[in-house]
Amino acid sequence: MSETTIVEELVPLTAFERVRLARDPARPGTLDYIAGLITNFVELHGDRVFGDDQALLGGIGTFRGRTVLILGHQGGTNTRENIARNFGMPRPEGYRKARRLMQHASKFGMPIITFIDTSGADPGIGSEERGQGTAIAESLLEMIGVEVPVVTTVIGEGGSGGALAISLGDRILMLENAVYAVASPEACAAILWKDSSRAADAAATMRITAADLERFRMIDELIPEPVPAHKAAAETIQRVGDRIAAHLDDLTASFTPGDPASINRLLDSRHDKFRKIGAWI
Amino acid sequence: MRNLFQGRGKFRPKSHGDDRDENAIPEDLWVKCAKCGELLYSKELTNNHEVCPKCSYHFRLSARQRIELLSDAGSFVEWNDDLRPTDPLEFVDLQGAYPAKILSAEKKSGENEALITGQASIGLRPFVLVVAEFNYLGGSMGSVWGEKLVRAVEQAIELGLPVLTVNASGGARMHEGVFSLMQMGKTVAAFKRLGRARLPHFSLLVDPCYGGVTASYATIADVILAEPGALIGFAGQRVIEQVTKQKLPEGFQTAEFFFEHGMLDVIVERGNLASTVQSLIDHYQRLRGIEPAIDDLAASNGQLPEEDAIAVVTDKEPAR
Repeated sequence: MSETTIVEELVPLTAFERVRLARDPARPGTLDYIAGLITNFVELHGDRVFGDDQALLGGIGTFRGRTVLILGHQGGTNTRENIARNFGMPRPEGYRKARRLMQHASKFGMPIITFIDTSGADPGIGSEERGQGTAIAESLLEMIGVEVPVVTTVIGEGGSGGALAISLGDRILMLENAVYAVASPEACAAILWKDSSRAADAAATMRITAADLERFRMIDELIPEPVPAHKAAAETIQRVGDRIAAHLDDLTASFTPGDPASINRLLDSRHDKFRKIGAWI
Repeated sequence: MRNLFQGRGKFRPKSHGDDRDENAIPEDLWVKCAKCGELLYSKELTNNHEVCPKCSYHFRLSARQRIELLSDAGSFVEWNDDLRPTDPLEFVDLQGAYPAKILSAEKKSGENEALITGQASIGLRPFVLVVAEFNYLGGSMGSVWGEKLVRAVEQAIELGLPVLTVNASGGARMHEGVFSLMQMGKTVAAFKRLGRARLPHFSLLVDPCYGGVTASYATIADVILAEPGALIGFAGQRVIEQVTKQKLPEGFQTAEFFFEHGMLDVIVERGNLASTVQSLIDHYQRLRGIEPAIDDLAASNGQLPEEDAIAVVTDKEPAR
C-alpha cells in the first residue's frame, strides 16, 4: 500500500467523484479480470440468432482450479475499441448470448462469474427493433433459474436494466468505487429536472455508491479499494479474485451439480434473496 | 407521431376527469379525438370502450376503467391496497421531497400506488388481475409495485389461478433508485415460480409501456397481447433521438411495430379484449382439468363461444 492510501481515506469522495472513478477508461475492465484471474480462457461468441455483441462477452476458463463460465460487460479504451464494443452498451444480441451461455453453464454444471461494467443497454433503433426489453427480460428469467452457483461483481458502472440483466447472482460483490444505479445520474437529472448537467446532484440523492448498497443490504460484500483500481490494477484484480473464490467455495461446499435437492436449495435461496428487496409502509 | 403522443394525455374521457385539458372546450359532452381530430360525443365514446368510432384510436384508460372492462361487474376484490411507498433514499428533488410527490400522485390518481392487484372473474372464470395506473407517477415501478405484484402472483399459485397483467409504465421509479431497479429481478423471480406451477401469465401491453417493465415480467409472459397503437419500448423516444441523432422511422415503437418484429403474440382491439382473455383462461384451465361452463360464457358475453376466438381478434392473418 502506498502513501496515497492514507490521504485518500481521509477525504471521503462524493458520489459523483465515484461515478468518475467508476468510468475512468484506465480502470480494469472485464478483459483485465479475465487476463489476471482466468487461465486457458476460450471466448464463446454469438447469440445463434442474429450476431455477436462485443459489449457483453462470455467464455469458459479455469479459475483457481475450476472450470467456470465468465460473462461481463466490456467497453473500449480508445475510440476504435469503443465503436467496436458500442461503448460497453450491449444490444439484444449480447443478452441473448448471455442467456445461451447460462443455459450452457447449467447443462454442464459450471459455476458462473459475472462482471458488471456498463452505463446501460444500448438505446438505439436497431436494438428496439430486435427487442431490447425482451432480451433483457429473458436473460433475467434465465438467470433466476440457472442451476449453478453465480457470483456477480460490480467492477465499474452498474447502469440500469442493462447491468441487472447479468447481475442476479447468489452473491453480489461490489468494489468500493463502483456504482450501481437505476439510471445514469445524467439520465436521472434529465428525467427529473430536464437538465442533465445536474448529474452530480442526482448522483448524490440516488444513493448509488457501494457503501449505500451495503447499507441497503443489496450487496453481500463491499471490496475495499485502498487505492483506486486504475492506480493499482493488479492488486485490485487479485483482491477481487480472492473474494470471488471465497464466495464460490462457500456456495459450492453445499452444492452438487445435477443433484435436484441441491439445485432446489440454491434456487430457493436465490429467489428469497430478491424476493425480500423493497421498502414500503 | 410526436404530436400524437403528446396529444394523448390531453383528452381523457370525463368520467374519470382528473385534470382534463381546459382547451377541450365542449367539456363533459364532447371530446376531440387525439388522432383524427373528430369531435366525439362523450357518451358515445364511453359506450365504445373509449375507442374513437371514426379512426379506432384507443384513448388511455384508468386502472379502474380497465378493471371494469376486464372483469364481471362487482367481481373484483382488491388485495394489499393499503401498501404505500416510503422514501428509503430520502430522495431530494428540486420540486420537493419524494413524500410530497407521493401525496400529489395519490391526489391526481385517486390510488395508493401505480399498481392495483386483486382477484376477479370474467364470464364467471376466476383469475388474478393486475393493472397499472399510469396517472400515478407515470406508472413507475417501485418497491410497492413489486411487492404487490409478487404477492398477487404468490396468491395465484396458492389458488391455482391464471394471471393477467395490464402493463402501462414509464419505467422504473427514479425516487426509489436501486430499490426500483431490483423490482425487475424480484418480479421475474415470482413469475418463474408461477411458470413452475404450470399457471399461465397473460400480459397485456397498453399505451405506453417502457423501461423496466418492458425489460422484466411484462415480456416474459406466456401470451403477450397489446392494444392497437400502444407505444411499447425499452428506451424512450427522446433518449433514442438524442443518443443516435437519427430521425425515428414512422410508426416506431407502436404495437404494430413490436408485432411485426415478432415481440408479441396478438394485437387485440379493446372491444375484443374481454372475450380474448376469457378464451385464453379456458384454454389453459382445461389443460389443468378445469372445463368452462359454456352456458356461463354465452350468458355473460351475449355471444356463442368460438373455438378460434383468439385468431379472430387480430387484424393480421391468423397464424394457424
